[in-house]
Amino acid sequence: MKMTKFFAWFAIAVGVTYFFVPLAGTFEFSLRMRRGEYSLDAYGSVFSDVQFQQTFGFSMLMALLTIVFGMLLVVPTAYWVRLRLPQMRPFVEFVTLMPLVIPAIVIVFGYLRLYNSASYIPFTGSLLGTNILLVMSYITLSLPYMYRSVDTAMRTIDVRTLTEAAEILGAKWPTIMFRCIFPNVMSGVLSGAFITFAIVIGEFTMAALLNRPAFGPYLQLVGANKAYEPSALAIIAFAITWLSMGLIQLVSRFGKLTQSRP
Amino acid sequence: MSTASSSFIDRRTIIDWLGIAPFLIFALMFLIVPTLYLVSGAFFNAQGQFTFQNIADLFTPTIMSAYWISIKVSLASSLGGALIGFFLAWAIVLGGLPSWIRSGLLTFSGVASNFAGVPLAFAFIATLGRTGLVTVLMRDWFGFNLYSTGFNLLSFLGLTITYMFFQIPLMVLILTPALDGLKKEWREASEILGASNWQYWRMIGLPILWPSLLGTSLLLFANAFGAIATAYALTGASLNIVPILLYAQIRGDVLHNPNLGYALALGMIVITGLSNVLYIWLRMRAERWQK
Amino acid sequence: MPFLALANIKKSFGQTQVVHDFNMAIEKGEFISFLGPSGCGKTTILRMIAGFEQPSGGTIHIAGQDQTRLKPNQRNIGMVFQAYALFPNMTVFENVAFGLKVAGMPKAEIEKRVKEMLKLIHLEHLADRYPYQMSGGQQQRVALARALAPKPQVLLLDEPLSALDAKIRVSLREEIRQIQRQLGITTVFVTHDQEEALSISDRIVVMNAGRADQIGTPSDIYNRPTTRFVASFVGTLNIIEATIVDPAAGTVMIGDQTIALRESIADKTGGETISLALRPEAGSLSESAKGDTALTGKVVSANFLGSVVRTRIAVGKNTVSFDMFNSPDLIMPAPDEVVTLRFSAGDLLVIRD
Repeated sequence: MKMTKFFAWFAIAVGVTYFFVPLAGTFEFSLRMRRGEYSLDAYGSVFSDVQFQQTFGFSMLMALLTIVFGMLLVVPTAYWVRLRLPQMRPFVEFVTLMPLVIPAIVIVFGYLRLYNSASYIPFTGSLLGTNILLVMSYITLSLPYMYRSVDTAMRTIDVRTLTEAAEILGAKWPTIMFRCIFPNVMSGVLSGAFITFAIVIGEFTMAALLNRPAFGPYLQLVGANKAYEPSALAIIAFAITWLSMGLIQLVSRFGKLTQSRP
Repeated sequence: MSTASSSFIDRRTIIDWLGIAPFLIFALMFLIVPTLYLVSGAFFNAQGQFTFQNIADLFTPTIMSAYWISIKVSLASSLGGALIGFFLAWAIVLGGLPSWIRSGLLTFSGVASNFAGVPLAFAFIATLGRTGLVTVLMRDWFGFNLYSTGFNLLSFLGLTITYMFFQIPLMVLILTPALDGLKKEWREASEILGASNWQYWRMIGLPILWPSLLGTSLLLFANAFGAIATAYALTGASLNIVPILLYAQIRGDVLHNPNLGYALALGMIVITGLSNVLYIWLRMRAERWQK
Repeated sequence: MPFLALANIKKSFGQTQVVHDFNMAIEKGEFISFLGPSGCGKTTILRMIAGFEQPSGGTIHIAGQDQTRLKPNQRNIGMVFQAYALFPNMTVFENVAFGLKVAGMPKAEIEKRVKEMLKLIHLEHLADRYPYQMSGGQQQRVALARALAPKPQVLLLDEPLSALDAKIRVSLREEIRQIQRQLGITTVFVTHDQEEALSISDRIVVMNAGRADQIGTPSDIYNRPTTRFVASFVGTLNIIEATIVDPAAGTVMIGDQTIALRESIADKTGGETISLALRPEAGSLSESAKGDTALTGKVVSANFLGSVVRTRIAVGKNTVSFDMFNSPDLIMPAPDEVVTLRFSAGDLLVIRD
C-alpha cells in the first residue's frame, strides 16, 4: 500500500513537472521583452497590434458561425437518429468520427481541388464562398465533439417520450425542436460549443490553405518574425482554452443540477 | 387495404430518410466526396489516364523518409503518451491520492488536450529552444549545454516531446473512466484466490482495459500523424514530415506533379485507415468477452 | 481448540468503532451465519477474516495458526462476493482455474480439478461461456466453484444471494448448504435476511451495532430470543407491555386482563412494567384450541396474505398480531368484533435487556 502511494505521487510529480515547466518557461519568456527586467511589454505589443484585433475578431466570428450552423445540423440529426432511424446509428457515428482519422490537411486539399473556381460549385471563386467553405471545414473538424456531446445529452433525457408528450399537446415540428429538444440538451450543446470554440479559434491548417486572415495563420506569422510576442500569445491562447474548458465544466455541472430532478 | 398500408409505410420511410438528409448531404459534400476525389486522383495522370505511376513515385528517398519520420514521431508520441497517461490515470484512480488531485488533473487535462497547434510550438520554443528557460537554466546552474548533446527541438525527439503535451492529457481523459470501471471485487477476488498484485494486472486488469488503451493509442497516433500546425510553427518548412510536405505541395507544387500530391494524401489516409482496421481487429479479439 | 477463533476483535474506521470486542469460536465443518441489519459490522468481520481489513485489536486463528497479520493471498480462504465478481474477460473454465493457475498447479491437474468443480455445481456444459452470457444464479454458482477450487480452509459468503431473484435465491441456498455438507467445509455466511439464515445455518450470530447480541442455533434464536433486538429482527414478533401484579405467582396485567406466566419473574417487583414477546403463529381463535391462556380484544383489521390470514386485535394499549392458516371454510374476523385469542403461557417470553 505504501509502495502504491509512493508510485502514485511519483507519477503525479513527473506529470506536473512535464506540464508546468513549459508553461512557466513560456510565461517567463513573455516577460523578458524589456532588457534586464520583467515587464508586460510583450502583451502590450500584442494587444495594440491591429492585425491581432482583426484576425482574432475574424476567428471569433468564424467560431460563432461554426457553432450555430454546426448545431443546427447536429442536434436535429442526433434527434432524428434516436427517434426514427436507430438502425442508422452506427453509420452516423462512424461518419462523425471520420474527421479524427482523416487528417485535416487531406480534407482541405480535397476542397481546394473539388471546389476551385473552375468547378461546378466554385466555393473558392469568391470571398463569401471561401468563408462559407471555411465554416464548413470547421464544422467537419468539430463534428466528432459536437455530435458526441449532444448525443450524450440526449441519452439522459427520454427523447421519444418528450416528443410524444409534445405531439399529444398539439405541438408542431419547429416547436418540438426548438422549445422541447434544444433546451433539454442545452448542456450538451454548450459543451460542444465551447470545445468547438477552443478548436476553431487558433486553427491553422484550414485557414492558411484557404488563405483567410484568421488567428492561426497570424500566430504563425508572428512566430516567424518576432521574439517575445509569440510567448505572450501562447499564454493568451492557453488562457482562452482554459476559459472554454472552465465553461464546459460549469455548464455540465449546471446540467446535472437541472437533470437531478426529473 | 394492402396497397394503402404499403404506401403509408413508404411515405413514412421517405420522411425518415429526409430527416437525416441534411447530414448525409453535408457529409458527402465536405467529408466523403473530397476524400474520394483525392483517392481517385492518385490513380490518374495529368492527362486523365489511369496510372499507378503516382503511387510508384512515392517511393523516392525524400517522400519515403518523410513518411518514416512521421510514423516514428506519431508512434513514439502516442506510445509515450499512452504509457505516461496510463500511469497518471492509474495514480488518480487507484493511487489513494487526495481527491483534489484527481479533479485538478482532469480539469488540466481537458485544457492541455486542446492546447495544440501554433501556441504549443511557441511554448516549447520558449522552454527548450536555444534561449528557452530550461536550456538557459541548465547552462547557468549546471554548466550543461543541452544543444551540445545533439538535442534539437526541431528534430524527431523534440517533436515527440512537444506532441506528448496534448497526447498525455488525452489518454488521461479517456482512460480515467475506464479505470473507474474496474470493480474493486475483481481485485479482491483475485487476491483471495492467491494472486499477487502483478498477476492481477497481467491476467485481469490489463486485459479488461486493453480495448480502451488500444483505441486511445490509435486516436493518439492519427492525431499526431495529421498534425501540422505545431510542426510548421516549430520548424517552418525545414522538417521533412508528410503533412508539411503535403502543405508545401498544396501551396506551390514542390513535387512538380499535382497528382503526386493526391498520392501523398492517399498515403496518409491509407496509414491512418490501416491503423484503424488494425484497431478494430484487435478490439474484436479483445472484446470476445463483452456484449 | 476451535477451527476458526476470533478473539477480542475490534475495528474502528477513524473515530467510529464498528466492531466492539467480538469473540467467536467456530468448529470445523460448521455453517455459521452472521445476521443483522446493514451497518451492524457483520461484513467488516467477514472482511477481517479474509484479510481485506486489519483488526484494530484482537486475533484471528485458523487451525491454530495466527492469521491476523497475513495478507489475503496468503490465507487460503475462499470467498463469494455479493455482485458475482467473476472476471469478465475469462470463461467459466478460466475463472474456476484462476486460483489453481496462480498457485502454479500443473495444467492436467487444473483441468481435472476444474471439471470436478463444474460437476459439483452442475454447469459442466457451460465451461466455455463468458460471464455476460449467463444468468445471475449461474454466475454465482461459478463464483462458488471458483472459491472452492483451491480447497480453501474456510469459505466466506458475503450476501451471495441478495442480487438474485426470490426463486433462485431459495434453490441456490439449498444447493450451497448441500455442497457445504458434502465437502465439510467451515463456512461463514453473511446475510441480512433472517429466513435465509434460519434455513441453512448450524448456528447464527445476530449482530447489532458492532456486537453479537445472541449466538445460537436457528431454533434458539427464533424461539428463545434473549434481547428485544433479536426478538424483533428475527421474525415478526409482538411486543406486549404488561404490568406485574405478583412476582412470586408470576401474574401480570395486560390492559385490564390478568394472566399467569410460566417463566419466573420472581426477580422483579410488583407494579413494574415488563415487555413480553409473542409469536404471531402461537395464538388461535378456535374454541377447541389447546392453550391455558386467553386474551380478549377487539379486531382492528384482518388481512388475507395467501397461505395465512393476519389479524390484529387491540388488547389494552397493545396491538397483537396473529396468523391463522388459510382454509376454504375459514371465516374472516370482522373489524370491531370482540374475539378471544388462546395460546399457551409458555409461548409468552419475558424480554430482559
